[in-house]
Amino acid sequence: MSERFIASDFDVVVIGAGPAGLAAAISAKENGAGSVLVIDRESEAGGILQQCVHNGFGLDTFKEDLPGPSYAQRYIDRAAAAGVAFLFNTMVTAVSRDRRVLTSNDRDGVREYRGKAIVFAMGCRERSRAQIRVPGTRPAGVYTAGTAQRWVNIDGFLPGRRFVILGSGDIGMIMARRLTLEGAKVECVVEINSYLSGLSRNLVQCLQDYDIPLLLRHTVTKIIGNKRVEAVEISAVDERWKPVAGSERAVPCDTLLLSVGLIPENELTRRVGIEMDPLIGGPVVDNRYATNLPGFFGAGNVVQVYDLVDSVSSAAEIAGRSAARYAAGTFAADCGSMPVHPGKNVRQVVPQRICPASLAEDPIALQLRVAKPLEGPVEFRVIGGDRILVRKRFPYARPGEMATVMIPKAAGSAFRETDEVRIDAVPLAEGIE
Amino acid sequence: MKDRYDVVIIGAGIVGCLTARELAKYDLDILVLERNGDVGAATSAANSALIHAGYDPIPGTLKAELNVRGNAMWDRLSSELDISFRRTGDYVVAIGEDEIENLKILKRQGELNGVPGLELIDGETARARVPALNPETAAALYAPSAGIVDTFGAVIAAAENAVENGVSFAFETEFEDFIFDGNRIIGVKTPRGSIGCDWAINCAGLEADTVMHKAGARPDFRIRARRGEYCVIDPEYFTLDTVLFPVPSVKGKGVLVFTTTHGNTVVGPTSEWIDGKTDAAISAFGQAYLEENMRKLVPTIDLRRTIAVFAGLRASGNARCLNPAVDYVGDFIVEAAAEAAGLINCGGIESPGLTSAPAIAERIVRILREAGAALCERSDWNPIRKGRPVMRRLSDAEKQRLIKTDPRYGKIVCRCEMVTEGEIAAEIHAPIPARTYDALKRRTWLGTGRCQGGFDLTRVVEILARELGVPVSDIRKNEAGSEFVVAETKNWSGE
Ligand SMILES: Cc1cc2nc3c(=O)[nH]c(=O)nc-3n(C[C@H](O)[C@H](O)[C@H](O)COP(=O)(O)OP(=O)(O)OC[C@H]3O[C@@H](n4cnc5c(N)ncnc54)[C@H](O)[C@@H]3O)c2cc1C
Ligand SMILES: Cc1cc2nc3c(=O)[nH]c(=O)nc-3n(C[C@H](O)[C@H](O)[C@H](O)COP(=O)(O)OP(=O)(O)OC[C@H]3O[C@@H](n4cnc5c(N)ncnc54)[C@H](O)[C@@H]3O)c2cc1C
Repeated sequence: MSERFIASDFDVVVIGAGPAGLAAAISAKENGAGSVLVIDRESEAGGILQQCVHNGFGLDTFKEDLPGPSYAQRYIDRAAAAGVAFLFNTMVTAVSRDRRVLTSNDRDGVREYRGKAIVFAMGCRERSRAQIRVPGTRPAGVYTAGTAQRWVNIDGFLPGRRFVILGSGDIGMIMARRLTLEGAKVECVVEINSYLSGLSRNLVQCLQDYDIPLLLRHTVTKIIGNKRVEAVEISAVDERWKPVAGSERAVPCDTLLLSVGLIPENELTRRVGIEMDPLIGGPVVDNRYATNLPGFFGAGNVVQVYDLVDSVSSAAEIAGRSAARYAAGTFAADCGSMPVHPGKNVRQVVPQRICPASLAEDPIALQLRVAKPLEGPVEFRVIGGDRILVRKRFPYARPGEMATVMIPKAAGSAFRETDEVRIDAVPLAEGIE
Repeated sequence: MKDRYDVVIIGAGIVGCLTARELAKYDLDILVLERNGDVGAATSAANSALIHAGYDPIPGTLKAELNVRGNAMWDRLSSELDISFRRTGDYVVAIGEDEIENLKILKRQGELNGVPGLELIDGETARARVPALNPETAAALYAPSAGIVDTFGAVIAAAENAVENGVSFAFETEFEDFIFDGNRIIGVKTPRGSIGCDWAINCAGLEADTVMHKAGARPDFRIRARRGEYCVIDPEYFTLDTVLFPVPSVKGKGVLVFTTTHGNTVVGPTSEWIDGKTDAAISAFGQAYLEENMRKLVPTIDLRRTIAVFAGLRASGNARCLNPAVDYVGDFIVEAAAEAAGLINCGGIESPGLTSAPAIAERIVRILREAGAALCERSDWNPIRKGRPVMRRLSDAEKQRLIKTDPRYGKIVCRCEMVTEGEIAAEIHAPIPARTYDALKRRTWLGTGRCQGGFDLTRVVEILARELGVPVSDIRKNEAGSEFVVAETKNWSGE
């Protein structure tokens, strides 16, 4: 497609061709958008999935256990069939409030595209060493897990021979297995919390199956080595994450991988002046994935970091449909939305606003994370005023695993009597009302 | 590298590079020896990058003289060499009435040193000019001549201009010893062989004492390393357009808050004596110290917004001020060695060494002349060095023009700092070539933003390998032994 002429005006412009951008673009097309352009800085679509060669994708969407690139391929094929236009090797450098998208690449130089609606689907980035301020020297051999993943899975290079992994995020655990299979030694995975930050299934499939120790309530307190990492000092920590004096020990290794969290990539979003959720790092959205700025929508990891790509795709479809409607002039700007607040034991919830009127069309999915592990049965309660509007029970709830609570269409009338709602996670051992 | 030069300069920090540039005016064959693989990779790469006004040094010291003289030289230097430099002015801030007396002392000291335009302003005025200041600010000393400079860019520009005027650089070539004929130096020894010379100039920073001791000079002179740690704050969260100092204490100038020429806000440095001269590690202690001390000036900064941490080592010496009327230990040394002919020493060049560097270079030329060196001006000396394009500073039209000539300028490789492949390739093929990731970082600022190389690292490593024509596994962060990857996955089957 590289030589094909691309017009400058589109109904919908999607920034990012990862699973979110793909699903949003397809859905926009299917919901009537005439022209849809997806822009990505990489040379192909698929986003982060292209480096996730492991299985574990698509269990919800396709009832199949697919490697990342295969999951992406299904959407790439659908997008091509739907007539979505792509612009690759192109960085979006800025977006204006009147929905002009400024880009740079080595073919057209600096060029502008206009969309009647814009979908942000830039994904997320990894937290760096500096953000967690690990003390010690600054040698080669300290990488984010995703960087190591790209080296191993895309470029074909091994970044080290003996690893310590800081953080029990999914990418870190997946890389522990991958590196072990490549013949490297993974000494341990170190987690500062007393619980896992990634999915439990990855603990079993990536660490336990390969005898890789997980050290909970430990952290790396020093990086040692001048040119290349030679060892890291690991210490136990107390409840307040303070290193316990005397517990430190040096673990020889040549590489420290960091899997200490993902941050939604929202420079563009923030600079255009969209309201952000400071805790999550994504734009505040309603259940239609509309931001506070008319015509701008958010899809995928830009909105919040999801555990599973299947939930990225389904949320992005809603965003794409909303963008198509906005472009067609059929999107209700003022839907009478109300805020949804994280309540007891709940750390975050997306969407941050809901429009009860949309219940006439679809149920609304609230995605949330608890603030701490609740190991017994839990009931999530959506509360308006002093009434419980929706309840949903789970056998347990963990911060590493996102929970979804559906507000059924039938609940629509109950929301009419309130102007904000809260969601609590109540351990059932504390008694049921 | 030839086997004989008129002048051998030891060390390619800001002092060595500006000295080389200054001496290139004359008809001399000059070699700069540097043990690292690049210029300016030591102390000149990790400091506050301030062009100090000069109210801090004790009047009568060499530090005071060279600081004020050096400060005045930066306008011309930066325009000749195309270095980012801005006279932002700075404020020494008194928190509470008790500290106002210190400001008065500083002001008097500055006036004795010849610092222009010093002004004592009240707390209200200071807060009106810098709204982020602590509400308890009682007064401030304003120094309009203080500025900020791109410290990396300054060293590279000086070295490049030297090369363009015929100076040679030998990297990964450590000075080991002097060769004498009687009491006169006639050469230096390096692991790559001996090199004859008429003059040796010691600009070895932290190792200046070791180097001078090899010639038997100043046997009592010692350099101790004093570490300074910093935090860089996300510029989207907080920026400042000036420099804020607390009132100084015996420990030095204290924890400052300032914005670099690149637009990042920096908090630091700490001040900690270390063992040896190499431990530039970040310490939990240092970070806690910064947290505690920066609140004094700007209580609202949140260090959780840190995007980078770094540390530099000050080369603190114990030289007594040569002026007998001044009781001060820790002065700069810039002198012809009394003990060996043909050697000029710089020593104890801690802060304000960057500010003073052009004045140090000027003084070295004078000393050489006084010592009898034949300094004939060359008619073809070119003082002008042009920097290469920096995409993020260009207008869209200028960008477009450049991309037309070389499409790689359209390809953004570092997403936070918006550095393109064209800029990277240009640095790899520049007069002082960038051969490592850190060398590129100092020249283009790639990898210095929010993601700290999370996006660009694998790509930059690939570009380096391609442009240098070497395997990816040879690409290093900085010195030998700092290679990023250890093997190709398909060729490695475990130990
Ligand atoms: C290492 C890793 C392992 C994972 N493992 C699993 C798993 O086993 N199972 C599972 O279900 N899920 C997994 N996930 C989660 C899933 O892959 C992600 O949730 C999903 O990829 C997010 O999709 P996205 O489209 O929001 O972001 P991304 O896939 O990150 O796509 C964003 C795209 O936007 C582009 N972009 C960003 N900024 C710009 C710009 N300024 N200009 C142009 N283009 C831009 C990027 O190049 C990228 O292609 C994993 C995620 C990671 C990171
Ligand atoms: C924390 C901190 C903050 C500072 N802030 C400021 C400031 O704001 N303003 C200011 O004016 N100054 C400041 N300074 C001081 C300033 O950074 C230094 O004075 C200046 O960089 C010294 O330059 P230099 O060329 O002497 O030393 P360096 O930059 O250290 O260069 C010396 C070079 O010599 C080389 N070398 C050493 N031994 C040998 C050998 N045997 N053979 C070959 N090469 C050798 C080294 O590798 C090095 O490249 C600060 C310093 C620190 C540490």
